[in-house]
Amino acid sequence: MTDLNKNYQLICGLEVHAELKTKSKMFCGCKNDPFNAPKPNIYTCPVCLGMPGALPVPNKKAIEWTIKLGLALNCKINLFSKFDRKHYFYPDLPKGYQISQYDIPFCYEGYLDTSEGRVGITRIHLEEDTGKLLHKTIDGKKVSLVDFNRGGVPLVEVVTEPDIKTATQAAEYGRKLRDIIRYLDIGNCDMQEGGMRLEANLSLSEDGSLPDYKVELKNINSFKFMEQAIAFEIKRQTKLLNTSKTPIQETRGWDTKKQQSFSQRTKETAEDYRYFPDPDIPPFQFTKEQIEEWRKELPMLPEQIINEWKAKFNVEKRYSKLLISNHQATSLLELVFIAAPKNNIIPNDIAKEIVNKNIKFNKNLDSEKIINSYQKLHQTDSIDLDVLKQAIDEILTANSDAITKYKNGKTQVIGFLLGQVAQKLQQKLDMRQVRSELIKALKN
Amino acid sequence: MLNKLTLKQTIDQLDNKKITLEDIWADVLNAIKNQNDKLNVYLALNKNFKPQLNKPLKGLPIAVKDNFCTKGLITTASSLLLKDFMPQFESTVTQKLKDAGGEIVGKTNMDAWAHGSSTETSQYGRTLNPRNLEHLPGGSSGGSAAAVAADMCIASLGSETAGSVRQPAAWCGVVGLKPTYGRTSRYGVVAMASSTDSPGPITKTVEDAAILLNHISGPDPLNATSTKKESPDFTQSLDKSIKNLKIGIIYHNLPGLEKIWELFEPQLEVFKKLGAQVELANAMDPKHAIGVYTVVQRSEVSSNLARFDDVRYQYGRDTFGNEAKKRIMLGTHTLSKGYADQYYNLAQQVRTLLIKDYEKLFKKYDVLISLTSPGFAKKIGASEGEAMFGELEDKLVEVSSLSGMPGISIPCYRDEKTNLYLGMNIMAPMWREDLVIQMADAFEKNTHWNSWRNND
Amino acid sequence: MKQKIDKTLVKHIAQLAQIPISVQEEKTLADNFSETLRVVDELQQVNTEGVELTHQVTGLKNITREDEINEKNMFTQQQALANASRAHNGFFVVERVIDVE
Repeated sequence: MTDLNKNYQLICGLEVHAELKTKSKMFCGCKNDPFNAPKPNIYTCPVCLGMPGALPVPNKKAIEWTIKLGLALNCKINLFSKFDRKHYFYPDLPKGYQISQYDIPFCYEGYLDTSEGRVGITRIHLEEDTGKLLHKTIDGKKVSLVDFNRGGVPLVEVVTEPDIKTATQAAEYGRKLRDIIRYLDIGNCDMQEGGMRLEANLSLSEDGSLPDYKVELKNINSFKFMEQAIAFEIKRQTKLLNTSKTPIQETRGWDTKKQQSFSQRTKETAEDYRYFPDPDIPPFQFTKEQIEEWRKELPMLPEQIINEWKAKFNVEKRYSKLLISNHQATSLLELVFIAAPKNNIIPNDIAKEIVNKNIKFNKNLDSEKIINSYQKLHQTDSIDLDVLKQAIDEILTANSDAITKYKNGKTQVIGFLLGQVAQKLQQKLDMRQVRSELIKALKN
Repeated sequence: MLNKLTLKQTIDQLDNKKITLEDIWADVLNAIKNQNDKLNVYLALNKNFKPQLNKPLKGLPIAVKDNFCTKGLITTASSLLLKDFMPQFESTVTQKLKDAGGEIVGKTNMDAWAHGSSTETSQYGRTLNPRNLEHLPGGSSGGSAAAVAADMCIASLGSETAGSVRQPAAWCGVVGLKPTYGRTSRYGVVAMASSTDSPGPITKTVEDAAILLNHISGPDPLNATSTKKESPDFTQSLDKSIKNLKIGIIYHNLPGLEKIWELFEPQLEVFKKLGAQVELANAMDPKHAIGVYTVVQRSEVSSNLARFDDVRYQYGRDTFGNEAKKRIMLGTHTLSKGYADQYYNLAQQVRTLLIKDYEKLFKKYDVLISLTSPGFAKKIGASEGEAMFGELEDKLVEVSSLSGMPGISIPCYRDEKTNLYLGMNIMAPMWREDLVIQMADAFEKNTHWNSWRNND
Repeated sequence: MKQKIDKTLVKHIAQLAQIPISVQEEKTLADNFSETLRVVDELQQVNTEGVELTHQVTGLKNITREDEINEKNMFTQQQALANASRAHNGFFVVERVIDVE
């Protein structure tokens, strides 16, 4: 008997690749800016083109940034590490192997907390990106065009444990990871530019144990689509399992028009990458002191800052979340929040105006300018009290039914009356003052 | 016949204005014109040169093995896949050569992709041994060694993965120096085994080798495994007494080498006469070196040749010759899932043992000496059909290549009937090319085997 | 573990290494490899317990380069394509590949 109503647990892990925004490529001094290159194959050299005798020399900054990312994600750092060659043939892989890390990645055993629980991070390693293929038909023949501007760009790969329990958690994890990478200012994570790539490995389990199959979701370029794809897969795999069928172990993509996943390629045999340590690159030996130095250099991360701003300045979390886009912006905002009370301004009020784009804010301004913008915005003309009282009288006379409504408890009529007064006087008024005078008048 | 002069002689005589650079080039090009068709030494020629008398190498004609990428000169590594390949960049070593005033007179034939010890696997025909045309010049730098032996250049550059500089030098009766791994940059040299490849000079005399090494060695930021230290002046090791230096003679009792040993052993007497202490010593059986080298080299070869396809190059992987196919495929197997442990990983462990063995010997001896090759140059056709010709021929030099230690081969015996030579291999610890040069120079100047010191 | 080097294994290796071989070559290569691996297998006699692997002989560690653009070493588009079998509008050209990995 098949049970059509059985529920399964999602066992899901994510693999995220993010391009690092170093100036030069991972193993050579070519410019690292593939998305903005005006022409194909102009940021190349013997090394990243796989020319005879060309040799890789690792980018110091890329390594430092990878380790810092690991520290930001609570990882342990391997004091001894190395690069390995990963062999496979594909036109966008010039050397016939990718320089990557196999058994001793720079970072391992970390975690990232989400609102739906902790996601363990198995490892973070550094590797080089491949070139790009463009499919075209030329003279009636189907060809692929290859551009190596992207070949050799440093790529950091973050792999999670299969700890993800829901589609929404997957999306939240992805967004948080992106924010941290942007926050550290090591990558732009622009999905449209290929600066961040998502892959999910998922299967369904009855009892929480690791199933004997897994489906790989690939080539999905937004968190929203990832969430939809995973949700769809849960349904699809549930249906199969409930009719005693095991889902095929395969790679699937997401068709956003049809709102369904589709089979891309069946992995018959696992690839044989023939990993071995790259003989061209001496290994790495870090010291505990060096790792601590790097840890000290880490900026405070988004989660910590949001909490601190609530505690110290009483700025609402929903505003903080939107305000912290990068490290320099945060430092500046801190200064603004410290300066605000000295100018009789509530920090949360400034936060609100910046979020609503009522005051200009960019990291090139200083805190003084921002305070001034706020003051300008909230500048009120001082008004003669008699003139105000007079205006209020006139409005109340013209709106006697409003007085009646107010006396009957319909206090929301105040808003209407305030507007009328403001319109009459055509001045920037301190509305608190107007309100208190109006209420005085109504009470009489 | 100015082409018969050594590098040192031409430099000195140019300085003394006894000869002109133009005349040297004319004689060298003439020798090439007369002999290249028969010997097949050069695959590409360059007749243009600039006099650079203010630079150390004066604009002299130097032959370069065809696995060095040279801008403006086609570079094939004697393979069909790289037929017509025009490098758009220069190898570090040839750039240094040019910066010192050396001019490349041509690119020399080699075993295709450096896979071999005969130059017979070249996809452009074999090179003949100038000492005896029925015999092979050795390999893989056979063309460079032959160019020197035939005075078709003043000096040459080769490269050694295990034996590829020393063995052809031995078979052609010339001098071949394999520096310490990392002394000379590998950047721009078609890679064979990344962990042992070493560019090195092949020359007429030990002095010439020391001069060339001075100009081609040193740190290279483009090669992460290259030395970080500037090199000493290697010519300071010439004409130095070897009194009281301790010499260990190894590989003296190998089965099958008895006849050759009888010719070689008497040559060691001169060291004793010069005051050095000479002693027989025992190293690990070289049969293990063959296994280690075969696996490590072929594994790295399979990886290094993975970049060659007809996307970025003109020709495809179907153009690989038999030897390259064998090596790539075996190397792929020894790295593959389920086999890497019993082959690649095991080989790298035995490599450690071989290195430790030599390190132990060097605690006792200043240098180690052995035959370079288990015999004289073999006859044409000897390598055909063999499963592992190269690796077997190089068994006596494989450990010093796997360990990165420097070694030189110098002529130490000539058979009067065949005109073929035996080479003596002198090895020292890492970074001690000075000892190697000192010892080799002493032998050369106190014996009559070098044909340029004795006008043979 | 002594491995039987037969034509099936040779075909698999040729696929893995992207080396086209003919049916005749399958047999010769199988014999060839068997002979070579017989020599290599002698390594099994060596006691390597506790012995570390030597991957590099330099002893060097932590060799890196600064994150700077090296204009001198960069190719122009023309240089990049100079030795390609086929080029089109600045791209390398290859027969259409099915999307793999």
